[in-house]
Amino acid sequence: MKLSTATVRKMINSVKSTRDQELTCDQCHDELDRFIEMKISGKKASEAMPLVQEHLDRCQDCREEYEVLLEALKALSK
Amino acid sequence: MDKRTNQEWLDDLRGQDQAQAIEDLRRTLKKGLLYALSSWINNDLEAQVEDFVQDAILRILDKLDSFRGESHFTTWAQKVAVRVAFTEMRRKRWKDISIEDLLPEDSGDFTPLALSDPSPDPEKRATQASLLKMIEDIMREDLSERQRTALLAIMHGGMPLEEVARRMDTNRNALYKLLHDARKQMRNRLIERGFSTDEVLAVFENG
Ligand SMILES: [Zn+2]
Repeated sequence: MKLSTATVRKMINSVKSTRDQELTCDQCHDELDRFIEMKISGKKASEAMPLVQEHLDRCQDCREEYEVLLEALKALSK
Repeated sequence: MDKRTNQEWLDDLRGQDQAQAIEDLRRTLKKGLLYALSSWINNDLEAQVEDFVQDAILRILDKLDSFRGESHFTTWAQKVAVRVAFTEMRRKRWKDISIEDLLPEDSGDFTPLALSDPSPDPEKRATQASLLKMIEDIMREDLSERQRTALLAIMHGGMPLEEVARRMDTNRNALYKLLHDARKQMRNRLIERGFSTDEVLAVFENG
């Protein structure tokens, strides 16, 4: 089957960012409300919760949900 | 706006004031989703959001015991609502697409990998071909068929984990673990063969 170079790079990048310890989607989801409140209040969420940030960087499903949640919470604070 | 404390939300949603609390929660979730999903949904935004909120409230009432109080209750509830919305949106968006549609040449045996856009430079093209062959060998020898299929459906086909999981009779969390194991395998095999990921990435950098 034919892959684009972009797809091959995506695969290799995902291998590159692989850690022995990673949060699963459920674990990331469990931490997400705390993580996002830290983000919103301007605290360094990525430093305080690096495993959550790493999961969001590599998992598109969780990242989409995180971004939309951030938008939704912005609407509520208006 | 939300004037309840977390404890008051929990008490009200479990107690005599449940109807009012649900109504307040419904309004809050709807406001958030309407705003956040406006760029994701083209048709019937309001009606779809109403459905998501309805389902989300049932889920939230069902999961109240799992709220750990590490955020505002409404943040947690909105998080649940976003998950409900995405599950439904993804199901709809991908409903007519099978994994075989995404990997047409991959039904049955793992077919050889080739590049759709190899480098114009002959020397680089040859290096790309030999590295791709190595990646293919690793995928064939060290990954299970499930791992290969899931990896390619996501990376090549762009299908969400949740939808791949549904088609493979598993769930998103278990699929993530399967892929994590696959990535670790690939990383270790690359190292064993003396390659760094940066070297490989450079070879597939065209232009
Ligand atoms: Zn995830």
